[in-house]
Amino acid sequence: MIRLLLVALCIAATPAFADDALDARLKSLETQLRCLVCQNQTLAESEAPLAEDLRKEVRELALTGKSDDDIRAYLVARYGDFVLYKPPMKPVTYLLWFGPFVLLATGLGVWLLTLRRRARMRRAEGDDRALPAGADASVDIARARVLLDE
Amino acid sequence: MAPSLRFLRWSLPLAVFVVLLAFLFVGLFRDPREVPSPLIGKPAPQFSLAKLHQPGERLTTADMHGQVWLLNVWASWCVSCRVEHPLLVQLSKAKTVPVIGLAYKDKPEDGLAWLETNGDPYRMSIVDRDGRVGIDFGVYGVPETFVIDKAGIIRYKQIGPLTADALDKTILPLVRELQRS
Repeated sequence: MIRLLLVALCIAATPAFADDALDARLKSLETQLRCLVCQNQTLAESEAPLAEDLRKEVRELALTGKSDDDIRAYLVARYGDFVLYKPPMKPVTYLLWFGPFVLLATGLGVWLLTLRRRARMRRAEGDDRALPAGADASVDIARARVLLDE
Repeated sequence: MAPSLRFLRWSLPLAVFVVLLAFLFVGLFRDPREVPSPLIGKPAPQFSLAKLHQPGERLTTADMHGQVWLLNVWASWCVSCRVEHPLLVQLSKAKTVPVIGLAYKDKPEDGLAWLETNGDPYRMSIVDRDGRVGIDFGVYGVPETFVIDKAGIIRYKQIGPLTADALDKTILPLVRELQRS
């Protein structure tokens, strides 16, 4: 009898498991989508009426067997790429995607050039000092003293 | 260092700075809430909605074929709709272009009462009770106004209340141009 009850319970519970899976899927999808009304919130967390409607719409689309990509495409067709938190890779977004790396490479390049130039200058100075030796060094020290006294 | 390189040394960062400044300056005057619609240049979504004043009759996208028209999304609960309303009333008196009102997520009785008190500038209003058609049009901030050409293509979208400036400088010139073609 108990076994029978358990089986019945399992059967009754199955749709709830399916619901949980759907809920989890929708939740993860909705956190990737932007609410157009309160632009810094995702569709999942926004309480704007439009977000509510869109969540309902997304759920219905999912229930009719649409994939996540289909649903994303559905929303992009109506609201534009802006609904996606992760912008798609296409010519207009190349600057967005690659800009930071270009900047980083430029910065690294400038840094390396500067380092190399400094090393070269230090080498040149070293050569200068190597030639005159003693006498020139005392002039330098005298000059440093004058500067320090001032 | 070669003279050309010395020149680059101060002019390049300056150029980058000026470009950045220009971008930021332009950004100051742009409204981040205005998201360009992907529907511009695309056929207006198909709909079939009950008329507000004659609930038994329906209006479809195809009914508007062959004429340039405006679709104005409004609601009785929408505060900024009151801002643009006098302009719409004025426009309806001039009879330059038919304006269809989309009563968005509004109770029909509320919408009717609102038109009663504020004046009805619409050739007719249609009822989008659950906002489904609004979603198809990518509506996210009422009021919104769409310019739709004779072939049923969306040519322009105004997000937020109409202004005299937007009407005179953008919308009406576009309407006249579309009516001629």
